[in-house]
Amino acid sequence: MARIIVVTSGKGGVGKTTTSAAIAMGLAKRGHKTAVIDFDVGLRNLDLILGCERRVVYDFINVINGEATLNQALIRDKNCNLLYILPASQTRDKDALTQEGVGKVLDELTREFQYIVCDSPAGIEKGANLALYFADDAFVVTNPEISSVRDSDRMLGILSSKSRRAERNEEPIKEYLLLTRYDPDRVKLGEMLSLDDVQEILSLQLLGIIPESKSVLSASNAGIPVILDEKSEAGQAYADVVARYLGEERPHRFIDSKQGFLRRLFGGKK
Amino acid sequence: MLNTSSVLEFKSSTFFAPILILFNNDMAAIEETLHAKINLAPEFFRDSPLIIDLRDLNKQNQDLDFTHLTQLLRRVGFFPVGIRGGNDQQNKQARALSIPIDTVREQGAPIIAGNVQKPEMNPQPSSQPVTTVAKPSVNPAPIPPVAVTSTLVTQPIRSGQRIYASSDLIITSQVSAGAEIMAEGNIHVYNTLRGRALAGVHGNTSARIFCFDLQAELISIAGDYKTSEDLNKQTYHGPVQIYLQDHALIIKEIA
Repeated sequence: MARIIVVTSGKGGVGKTTTSAAIAMGLAKRGHKTAVIDFDVGLRNLDLILGCERRVVYDFINVINGEATLNQALIRDKNCNLLYILPASQTRDKDALTQEGVGKVLDELTREFQYIVCDSPAGIEKGANLALYFADDAFVVTNPEISSVRDSDRMLGILSSKSRRAERNEEPIKEYLLLTRYDPDRVKLGEMLSLDDVQEILSLQLLGIIPESKSVLSASNAGIPVILDEKSEAGQAYADVVARYLGEERPHRFIDSKQGFLRRLFGGKK
Repeated sequence: MLNTSSVLEFKSSTFFAPILILFNNDMAAIEETLHAKINLAPEFFRDSPLIIDLRDLNKQNQDLDFTHLTQLLRRVGFFPVGIRGGNDQQNKQARALSIPIDTVREQGAPIIAGNVQKPEMNPQPSSQPVTTVAKPSVNPAPIPPVAVTSTLVTQPIRSGQRIYASSDLIITSQVSAGAEIMAEGNIHVYNTLRGRALAGVHGNTSARIFCFDLQAELISIAGDYKTSEDLNKQTYHGPVQIYLQDHALIIKEIA
């Protein structure tokens, strides 16, 4: 049975699409057949980050409206043949999404895939609500600043009340925290919330801290998910996230810059 | 001259009655299911008063002829005594049948507004008849009211969520900034309180707020309130209680 993962945040620009692309690629690289769906109808970005924008023929809305089959719309990733992308429509808006339509598409995908990653749009409107409605797991992407944390908190409230699992009184959606754009130096200067500050408000299971890294932007511009850049800290952090999600124990990294530095100097021997 | 007080008197009392919640407007299916339920406990249901709840049905836009339903219920041995959540047409039919209409909120159950998860509550699942205590007889004796005295919530109250309890409200998780908790009685938060907490919202000036860590945006008892700006002037370490004295909110650490 496939797991449906929603990547959500409430606030925009925190790294939802980057995260969706990275974890979908990570899951596929580890041998799981994975589909990633762009729910940001009208502002499609996922295909850019995954570098497949020039191969988009049909999209999510076409499939919902029955104008194309799922197999026609799914794009196979060129880096990993277990990863498929269902792009959003750029010419429509979120009203084109319907609960029945989304449900039908997800239903069909669950039969073929092991993981389905839903890249939620920002906000708490229709697109975001539909992206989370069918989810089994939620990756809540948060930046270490107060408005992002507040919006994530709001999103958690919606996750626990407006999902299909909540409506059916089933086991609630499993919620995980992903703290992105974390800069330990700025945390130390008090310019950024620390992990503890964030956890005091959200108290979620931490799946990983993604450090602020130049490689994220260059990877996005190149259309290659940052997780494939194994040399970059962000890429390694996302690899850790995927491993932890799949049940592996991995110590958290990138929380403290100095510690990381010392570990790099003296570590490795234990 | 007749002494009026020796003739009659009005008093208020609370009674228990089962509520029938309908999810489907198929009369045949309703009748069949009712028979099956009654056969499980014929004595329990015989001549029982019944309140009919049509909210779910109307939410799904399933229409139902209330007169037909009433006839059906009487036929199987119920005394319909009230309707709740009916549409205009159904309420009109109820009035014609002299059945009282409950349009106000339900007693005892918390009202949950906004997007809120279902809090864990004391009452039984609503699909079951709520009565186990009273069996109405020809001359029903007044039953002492068994009030629902508290509502328990164990999940965190997130930003944007609202919880209303027509009783005391007990919360074991944190209440986030931007959340709002309201109770007609006392509020207990066995965790950090960051949102807004309003106790005694119906004017109960003896209601109190208790919490482990006071970082609230606003606290209010019976309409008298303090915002976080007033609260920040003093820091509190450890659990506090808040009560009203001469229209002033007193915050006291619980030693």
